[in-house]
Amino acid sequence: MTEMIEVRGVSKAFGGILANDTINLDVPEGRVTGLIGPNGSGKTTLFNSIVGYHPIDEGSIKFKGLEISDMHVQEIARLGLLRTFQQTRIYSKMNCVDNMLISVPHRTETYRTMFQEYPAELTEKAERLLEFVGLYSKRRLISGDLSFGQQKLLEFAMALMNEPKLLLLDEPTAGINPTLINGLIDRLQHAATELGVTLFVIEHNMPVIMNLADNIFCLSNGKLLAHGTPNEIKNDERVINAYLGAHFEAEDED
Amino acid sequence: MSLSQQKLLLYGGLLIAGIVAPFVFPNYTFQITVLWVMILFALTWDILGGQMGYNSLGNIFFFGAGMYVCAIVQIGLYYDVGQYTASYGAVKVEFTSEQYYTGLFLGIAAAGLSSVVFAVIFGWVVFGLRGPYFAIGTLGFTLAAGELVGAWEYVGGGGGIALPVYPGEPDDRSLFFYTISFVLAISTFAFLRWLYSGRFGLAANAIRDDEEKAEGMGIHTMRYKTVGWAIAAFFLGMSGAVFGNMIGFIEPLEVAFPTVTFGIFMVIMCLLGGKGTLWGPVVGATLFHTFKEVTWTYLLGWQWVALGALIIILVVFFQQGIMGWAQDKWPERFGIAVERADTAEVADQEAAQ
Amino acid sequence: MLDNISLLIQAPLLNVQLLLDGLFVGSIFALAAYGLALVWGVMNVKNLAQGDFVMMGGYIAWLLSTWGLHPIFGLPVAMVIMFGFGWVVYITIICRIINRDLFTSLLATFGLALVISQLLNLAFGPEVQVAISGFAINSFFDGMVTVANIKFIALVLASILAAMVVSFMKLSRMGQAIRATAQDPRAAKVMGIDTERIYAFTFALNAAICGAAGALISMIWVIQPFFGIAYSIRAFVIVTAAGLGNLPGVIIAGLGLGGAELYAGFVFGAELQQFTVVGLLVAVLVWRQIQQRRHRQAVQ
Repeated sequence: MTEMIEVRGVSKAFGGILANDTINLDVPEGRVTGLIGPNGSGKTTLFNSIVGYHPIDEGSIKFKGLEISDMHVQEIARLGLLRTFQQTRIYSKMNCVDNMLISVPHRTETYRTMFQEYPAELTEKAERLLEFVGLYSKRRLISGDLSFGQQKLLEFAMALMNEPKLLLLDEPTAGINPTLINGLIDRLQHAATELGVTLFVIEHNMPVIMNLADNIFCLSNGKLLAHGTPNEIKNDERVINAYLGAHFEAEDED
Repeated sequence: MSLSQQKLLLYGGLLIAGIVAPFVFPNYTFQITVLWVMILFALTWDILGGQMGYNSLGNIFFFGAGMYVCAIVQIGLYYDVGQYTASYGAVKVEFTSEQYYTGLFLGIAAAGLSSVVFAVIFGWVVFGLRGPYFAIGTLGFTLAAGELVGAWEYVGGGGGIALPVYPGEPDDRSLFFYTISFVLAISTFAFLRWLYSGRFGLAANAIRDDEEKAEGMGIHTMRYKTVGWAIAAFFLGMSGAVFGNMIGFIEPLEVAFPTVTFGIFMVIMCLLGGKGTLWGPVVGATLFHTFKEVTWTYLLGWQWVALGALIIILVVFFQQGIMGWAQDKWPERFGIAVERADTAEVADQEAAQ
Repeated sequence: MLDNISLLIQAPLLNVQLLLDGLFVGSIFALAAYGLALVWGVMNVKNLAQGDFVMMGGYIAWLLSTWGLHPIFGLPVAMVIMFGFGWVVYITIICRIINRDLFTSLLATFGLALVISQLLNLAFGPEVQVAISGFAINSFFDGMVTVANIKFIALVLASILAAMVVSFMKLSRMGQAIRATAQDPRAAKVMGIDTERIYAFTFALNAAICGAAGALISMIWVIQPFFGIAYSIRAFVIVTAAGLGNLPGVIIAGLGLGGAELYAGFVFGAELQQFTVVGLLVAVLVWRQIQQRRHRQAVQ
């Protein structure tokens, strides 16, 4: 099993704060990997480092064997490494279909295609994906007018439209109505199993990530604290102390 | 009447109006010519400003650069430019009819192409700046260009440069330049209509809405920015070449690089009409030009104050412009609506019935 | 041009003259830049009318001097009038553009700049004016270097003013409130600070600073209705080079700009002096951009 992402000795500091401290982790291909940790443990910083949002202070990050820590955001994205944002970012003045169309993989776009229209098959693919996330009837609305939850789904659909190999999801269930979370999880699993997208997910919602992920990394205070299967993590003393704490002790007492 | 038939009628009507205007209003030929120039200004500014969210305050650079390049070509083909400018006033320089037209059309072509080159070079320098820095940066180098050219003796320095005289009657001359300006404006509109219908339009809008997101999705943002500016520069350069010839005499700061006036007007026209739409700049340019002509005639002395006040009012209260306001009021006409069908299958079935 | 450079080398005292003049003028640039940075940092408004505020201050001082009030006393009057003017501008225009996109503040203040410069032109005509202060001119080094006393006084006044503003910001309650609002307006509001009043005060304070700068300029240099935009650009250059919130940087950049302009004016000729300011602006922006590229970012 090849590794999608190899992070070796990555450190990143902001001013006086060491957000990531010599992190080593692997994201295997074709699975769902989770990234958990208390607030401020450096999860989003690690994501930002991987996608090229900022340079890292030391270490190396490899994507399918290729060193990406000195590449620009666009180049990394065109290799098939995408991320979604915690605050959900979409093109708010365009309608949903256009949001989807502009999200086609751009590694094949040239100066010539710049002046061409999108072929009908791409529009159909966009509409199918919108249907998949349940936004078909709203596809002609301006995306900025959608509700927060709907925008999150749109962002997810846009990511799928881009045919990524690896998708970094930053708290996909944050701000979503609990009754809609299951629907989102189903779609995530579908993407992982049917569409072959490797997922690397930051989550605070423990039941969700324990169910979804095949293996989990736990950060704390910028360092890698523990990693393993959901069961191993659930029962790891260090994780419980750093993070789960009262939660799981209370559960065990039931 | 269907929507496309309505559109055809609109385009046809405007086209005919544009063709007959100089015959119906011969005294206003010059003003209407300037109107076509203003429409071109607004349309080209909107490529970067409205569609892409890059507010350039320096587009007028390409106008002035095109003007000078054309003049250099027109004169330089037959005489030494430096001598020509040095001896202006003392020696009368003759151009034959054939020389005039050859020089003019070669000059216009050179103006367009050189402006494209400038756009690519400057874009490489300046597209790493965002928001207000981009605006101020473009303002800066256009002001600088005006000053530099004004100190360049080869093209006449601060005194400017006189262009070859049109070989023909004054009425023919007005019509000639009217026609070229009209054709340029129409070409720009048609080209942009085609351009926005393709992928370029969506990419530009994506950059405007969230450039970081666009980069994160792998879009070649630099390509679209450069191409967009090159297109604007191309039409602006040619327009400058024509305009310089129409005025007959190029002054660096007044005619070629009127940065603080026309350079800013471009922005106002698009704001007024509605940024990021195809018709917005056209409507805005028409209204603004009319407003300007009226205030210049009736409010002499206070016209700039009126203009400044208009800018403030527009920016503060009416930023979406006329087209934006129309889109808010009648969204369905712009295709924004919730469909009834929930899935593609249902939609197909309904369509088949 | 080369002759001018060789002149500089042959007569080193010329350099002293240029540097001194640059220092005097640069200190006032720095003052205007500080005001710009203040408004920018607190309200995120990029005031393109900054230079025209300066010109207004200059004209107030000049007008008063023609009515018999010595311009040194005209300075505080100009400050008070401009403070009121700034407050009015805030509540009519600026308050509506505060939370909008960045380009809005540029354009709106540009419109304001246009209105102000044109009104000044209509009121006072396009000739350059100087407010006569009647102080002696000292010469040193056998007359090679002349320093008008008024220039020196202006430098002192500018420094005192800057010191006053800085200590006001650091020590007074209003100053603290301003800094709190700048850091987090929502938190400030929640803590009971009337952010609207803070913004109005800050903008008015900036106008007052510009008024003072204008009064000083009218004494040691010249004022003209359309010189405003050049001052706005100078202020932008300084703030961009130094960065917001970097007061020592603003001072150094201001003095540096003054010196650079005077040298350029001497070496390249007066026509290109305007170009220097703008050329430096472009250079600073490009340099910033190269810096940011190394951090994989764009200049925001």
